[in-house]
Amino acid sequence: MNLNPFRAKKYAISKIYRTRPQEIERPRDIPEGERPNVPQGIMTKCPQCGYMIYTKNLTKNNKQCQECGYYFKISAYDRVTMIIDDGTFEEYDKDLITEDPLGFPEYDSKLKRTQIKTGLADGIVTGKGKIHGIEVMLGVMEPAFFMGSMGTVIGEKLTRLFEQAIAERLPLIVFTASGGARMQEGIFSLMQMAKVSAAVAKHSEAGLLYITVLTDPTTGGVTASFAMLGDIILAEPGALIGFAGPRVIQQTIGQKLPEGFQRSEFLLEHGFVDRIVPREQLKQTLGTILKLHDNLGTEAKGLN
Amino acid sequence: MEITAWEKVKLARMSVRPTGLDYINQILDNFIEFHGDRYYGDDHAIVGGIASFGGVPVTVIAQQKGRNTKENIVRNFSMPHPEGYRKALRLMKQAEKFHRPIICFIDTPGAFCGIGAEERGQGEAIASNLAEMILLRTPILTVVISEGGSGGALALGVADRVYMLEHAIYAILSPEGFASILYKDASKAEQAAEDMKLTAQDLLNFGIIDGIVAEPQGGAHNDPQQVAENIKIILENDLKELLELPVDQLLRQRYQKFRKI
Repeated sequence: MNLNPFRAKKYAISKIYRTRPQEIERPRDIPEGERPNVPQGIMTKCPQCGYMIYTKNLTKNNKQCQECGYYFKISAYDRVTMIIDDGTFEEYDKDLITEDPLGFPEYDSKLKRTQIKTGLADGIVTGKGKIHGIEVMLGVMEPAFFMGSMGTVIGEKLTRLFEQAIAERLPLIVFTASGGARMQEGIFSLMQMAKVSAAVAKHSEAGLLYITVLTDPTTGGVTASFAMLGDIILAEPGALIGFAGPRVIQQTIGQKLPEGFQRSEFLLEHGFVDRIVPREQLKQTLGTILKLHDNLGTEAKGLN
Repeated sequence: MEITAWEKVKLARMSVRPTGLDYINQILDNFIEFHGDRYYGDDHAIVGGIASFGGVPVTVIAQQKGRNTKENIVRNFSMPHPEGYRKALRLMKQAEKFHRPIICFIDTPGAFCGIGAEERGQGEAIASNLAEMILLRTPILTVVISEGGSGGALALGVADRVYMLEHAIYAILSPEGFASILYKDASKAEQAAEDMKLTAQDLLNFGIIDGIVAEPQGGAHNDPQQVAENIKIILENDLKELLELPVDQLLRQRYQKFRKI
């Protein structure tokens, strides 16, 4: 049975890259009593096409559905493993936690639960590592932590990462995944946009390379700050990338949104993304870009 | 008399409240408005140009609300598109070239959320302003006169000094939006306004803004001239101080201002 009928898309995309189909034929709905009893964890259902995948195959396949190309969200540490050369990653600021600047009701209890569930202190992993032997600073956002929302900890960890990159004269890569600002930290979350952007600006002024990789979803204050400031902006196929969320836009304009709106391919067409890179090619692409920016060779030969 | 956060929200949104152009006309002389971002169009939600401030040439930029419904439609209720932020940036870079200080008036419910806005890169426009303003080699002064709506406001708010009018608000989101996301009930906006800490007094306590401009009893609309005079005195003092600083020191202090949050 063909579970993957691609439909024509409004926005032209490169034939090489698989993207989200606009309409998917779903498998016949199985009534409650007839569902096979599958222990949790062995199988994972694709949220896009409904195909049942062996979880261990999913892990081997960069967490991508083989049927429709849907990219599952991956944890920050999984991403680090995919991108950084084995054994070269040194994590920074691992235990930095928020001071809850507004003293927001029930925030600290929700934080504790999330910290236990994800094993992270907040929504980003930062550190230094190597990609194909070239040293780089890396920040990877964690979508499972308060939907990757940016508050004071993400702001502070990223700012420190950029400042350290300036001190060591290193390129910097950030993987973005965010539903927007950390509401519970209010105006402090808003100000992180300015704080991180300022550090980005200084890093750039120092002549250093900054690459962003936009993953699904990248929205709100993250899009309107460091995500769109990369010298080079890459995106995973089919990622939702925008400033306002689609529901808010739909409510504001009272109209249905065009097909493919705010997906990576839409941004590519409108000139805001340098390249869409399938997940399995990301490390290679980043490695090549870093090599082409690695001037030490030419300086040594006196070509500068 | 203490007024609640929710009452301030309502005050900040009153249609009779003085707008950016009102203050520009009171405080500055020889204002000449300039238009366009040079790429796409002219956004009427943002007014910008050059003027004289006590003899000092300045660039002034304001988010502009309409004074009636018809005007508001033209001004898009002071909700800018990317071309508005790019116009602002163009004028700010121009100010840098001619060593003119920049004065910004923030007054917006937020950046506009529309299809065209996304197509033209609303996120990129705001981000660029944030990254460029931090390095502009000229003093920048910002006053939040009514609503400071999130990133759409912050795009004019990376400054050496940031002030708020006494009853202005500055927030990550509207109380209604905040209530519907966190309390799953948009009608709890009044509670949200309290919990969010979005008043001028809150932000001053947090060290996020540099001062508060006093308003007359009942709000700025009761005596716009007095409020304009209050703003003028503060800006005059600051400008004198900032113009004396070597530019590198100015930039170090501006970076620290946001670094410490």
